[in-house]
Amino acid sequence: MSPETRSPATVWRRFRGSYFLYRLQRNRRAQVCLTLFVLIMASVLLAPWIAPSNPYDLAQINLLDSELPPFWIAGSEPAHLLGTDVQGRDLLSSMLYGARVSIAIGFGAVLLQSVLGTALGLLAGYRGGFVDALLMRLADIQLSFSTLMMAIIIGAVVKAAFGGAFYGDYGVVILILIIGLSEWPQYARTVRASVLAEKQKDYVDAARVLGFSSYRIMLRHLLPNTLTPIFVLSTIQVANAIMAEAALSFLGLGMPETEPSLGSLIKSGFDYLQSDSWWITLLPGLFLVTLVLVINLLGDWLRDTMNPRLHKG
Amino acid sequence: MNPTDSLQTLGRAADVPAPLVRVRGLHKRFALHPERLLPWRFDKRRRAWRRQRIHAVNGVDLDIQRGDALCVVGESGCGKSTLARLIMGLLTASDGEVSYDGQRVDRLDAKQWRPFRRRMQMIFQNPHSSLNPRLTMRQTLEEPIRFHHPDWPRSKIRHRADALMADVGVDIGWGERFAHELSGGQRQRIAIARALSVEPEFIVADEPVSALDVSVQAQIMNLLMDAQAERRLTYLFITHDLAVVEHFATQVAVMYRGTICELADADTLFAQPRHPYTRALLAASPRLEDSDTEPLRLSDEDPPPIETSSGCVFRERCPHVNARCQREMPAALVTRDGHRVACHAVEEGRVP
Amino acid sequence: MALLEVDHLDIRFPLRHDEIRAVRDVSFALERGERLGIVGESGAGKSVLAFSLLKLLSRPGYIAGGRVRFEGRELTTLSDRQLRRIRGNRVAMIFQDPLTTLNPTLTIGRQMIESLKAHRRISERRARAIALHKLRQVQVSSPEQRFEQYPHQLSGGLCQRVVIAIALLLDPDIIIADEPTTALDVTIQAEIIALLTQLCGKHNVGLIVISHDLCVIGQLTQRLLVMYAGRIVEQGPTREIINDAQHPYTQGLINALPQMTLPRQRLAQIPGNMPSLARVPDGCAFHPRCRYRFTPQGRLRQACVERVPEAVSSGGSRVACHWVRELITTVPIEEEAI
Repeated sequence: MSPETRSPATVWRRFRGSYFLYRLQRNRRAQVCLTLFVLIMASVLLAPWIAPSNPYDLAQINLLDSELPPFWIAGSEPAHLLGTDVQGRDLLSSMLYGARVSIAIGFGAVLLQSVLGTALGLLAGYRGGFVDALLMRLADIQLSFSTLMMAIIIGAVVKAAFGGAFYGDYGVVILILIIGLSEWPQYARTVRASVLAEKQKDYVDAARVLGFSSYRIMLRHLLPNTLTPIFVLSTIQVANAIMAEAALSFLGLGMPETEPSLGSLIKSGFDYLQSDSWWITLLPGLFLVTLVLVINLLGDWLRDTMNPRLHKG
Repeated sequence: MNPTDSLQTLGRAADVPAPLVRVRGLHKRFALHPERLLPWRFDKRRRAWRRQRIHAVNGVDLDIQRGDALCVVGESGCGKSTLARLIMGLLTASDGEVSYDGQRVDRLDAKQWRPFRRRMQMIFQNPHSSLNPRLTMRQTLEEPIRFHHPDWPRSKIRHRADALMADVGVDIGWGERFAHELSGGQRQRIAIARALSVEPEFIVADEPVSALDVSVQAQIMNLLMDAQAERRLTYLFITHDLAVVEHFATQVAVMYRGTICELADADTLFAQPRHPYTRALLAASPRLEDSDTEPLRLSDEDPPPIETSSGCVFRERCPHVNARCQREMPAALVTRDGHRVACHAVEEGRVP
Repeated sequence: MALLEVDHLDIRFPLRHDEIRAVRDVSFALERGERLGIVGESGAGKSVLAFSLLKLLSRPGYIAGGRVRFEGRELTTLSDRQLRRIRGNRVAMIFQDPLTTLNPTLTIGRQMIESLKAHRRISERRARAIALHKLRQVQVSSPEQRFEQYPHQLSGGLCQRVVIAIALLLDPDIIIADEPTTALDVTIQAEIIALLTQLCGKHNVGLIVISHDLCVIGQLTQRLLVMYAGRIVEQGPTREIINDAQHPYTQGLINALPQMTLPRQRLAQIPGNMPSLARVPDGCAFHPRCRYRFTPQGRLRQACVERVPEAVSSGGSRVACHWVRELITTVPIEEEAI
């Protein structure tokens, strides 16, 4: 887009008069979800400043404070609002820091998936023929491996090649790679389908007749017109990636307990579920469910709002 | 003209200059069921396995002279749009050749095509889908100029886009709008401006006014005729509307099921149609004045569009059909004044 | 009493902030066996008008005022159930694209029998006989064979004949046809026009044809309504309007046809664009595009800008135009306004 046509003032005016805002004003559920999402994102991003303590800092941990209950149960301490875990770490702080890791993995994995999947989907849809067949069969093969299997294989290879310490240090990157690589076909298929639909339209032929190169047509003409489904898919994929990470961590294939994500927090408290310290597992679990639910509901709402067949404003 | 060429310049005296666009023996076949693993089906009558294909363009020969407006007219599915796309290189021909200004263009790759893209342009039917919905009108017009003139400064490109918008009668203030903010007529104006932006000499217009309202249709036709006069354009104009043809064309080609049945200059064709299909078409086209003439009744049962091997393509609906029409495909008969008809009945003098 | 009477009908579509008035103050009548055409460009409100006659408006649209009477019975206040009975039985519709009207998964025969049985208590054999009879009426060759075929096996012309046969199944009093020939080829179009004309005469059915194509309307109808921006600007006998249009818009529409100009000459175009129904100009909706908004002396006629013209009789037509009114009454509209 050329810069002179998109000043911030026009963008703001467009947004104010947009269908998007109009729909948002009419949907209470979407408003609640958006508020919750913004709140969670803000508190997670600001965790180093608003969290009561730093769970990674061993100096701030007092073993004597272990297994303190949350504030509404007798025996709690005001310093630890949601109680502590077995090692005496403040649960609220752990959850905020853990969600930070989870969300970073979620967004990172989706970024990887979407870039890879969109590129391959564009190529398959626009080129067609052999390239299309090859890429789509690759996608089928990829989908027939579950994320779990990918995680076990890649995890084992990395641990064997570089050792467990390396795995601990680069856990976030490795999980992003695992989840990102195993889910790209979702994007490739979505993008390919909308490219096939867009390719029928005359503006693509007009671009070809003007002599534009294939890459120019794909990036400048087809890609912008497939962004809506990509965006809608992304919201759902972020939620899926966060869930996948939690599942992997819960199974011990994900983040180490020294740098816990929500999944590893749930796992670390799981053994104490029977010994009345249920909050160590349940509170991070509730937090995870809320986060995923909010993202999913927002995604559903976005899909309805951006559906061009319903959108006639 | 190329001396090795065995085909003569069709329907023209020998002293006319070489045509701008020359089409010879053009064929295009599409697989009938592209999703099937095996394209062959057993043909019970012939007791052989055959590919099921649609013969969309079936041996078309065509010359377009500089300055002409050649209208290709025919009903839906007769292959006229396929012909346009073959000439523009949007589809690859199954057989035959297309030359532009003496050079073969039908087997070129994208890079080799590029110099021709500035000389040949296309306007599409549906103004709703022919503009990229994510680009403003100014971006739509500036992109091709910038692409073909990478050395031009921004101000010059901008200036050129402004001039184009003024030429096609679009308010320059509309440049920042997107396609969905414009009416059908305004979009078609922008589409025409985009085609003119590379200063072509030849324009293929595929039903450019069919999707427009009557009053807008007149505006766009005037615009196309003005552009032709000012820029000395040559047109290949695809349409199904005979009133538009009669108004716009200097030459008319009538197409039926992939073949050209009649080709003549516009005055001759409308005054003395010879092919039975052309006659039916002219008789059937609704006129504004009250007419009591009974339209020539053709059966409306189209045969299935599967490749046929022999016989005249019009034989199922023709009132003058005989055994020869069933058997062999009529060759083009060229008379002295350049009138070209492909019909056994005309050749044998069975129809006046 | 006319078969169908429409009286000051007003149809609106609520929007985010305001309303679109798609049809404004429309009145006309249809007699038995009469063929009436509604012509206008896209956005003139002609399809909305036709659909509203049976309250087939899509959801947000509603009838804001006026009456629709069918055989003297008020339709706008009927319940959905009562309306449904009239819809299938007494009024039938034909749409533009025959292929999307027919159900692709049912044979022609099945579709006809089902729609008969939906409205009448009737045996399978009797329904079959009626359906075959109707197919013969619309001149479908070898109807028994067609009966077993699916829509995609028939050509466009045959499909439209089948659609007409289905419309005739219940012997309706009115057929509403929305662009019935637009999707068809020229050679087929002429035959469908002849068929519709003949059927209406024979069965005494009232026909309302909506089209943008003046040539088709001219061949097919006896009376004509010309719509612009939701209003009827001219109505009268079709021939009279086509040969001698009174309203500047109708004149412009006819003169813009390629047939009206010599080949290779510039066409007489109407300047400007059809206004969007959300932003119809004040006064006469056509005035920004009309050359008669100026007096011969070059002054702007205030009435054209300020007041909606009322219909006046001119010849056999009724025309809503200040300029025509001035011509007839020879009273300058400025003085009258004071």
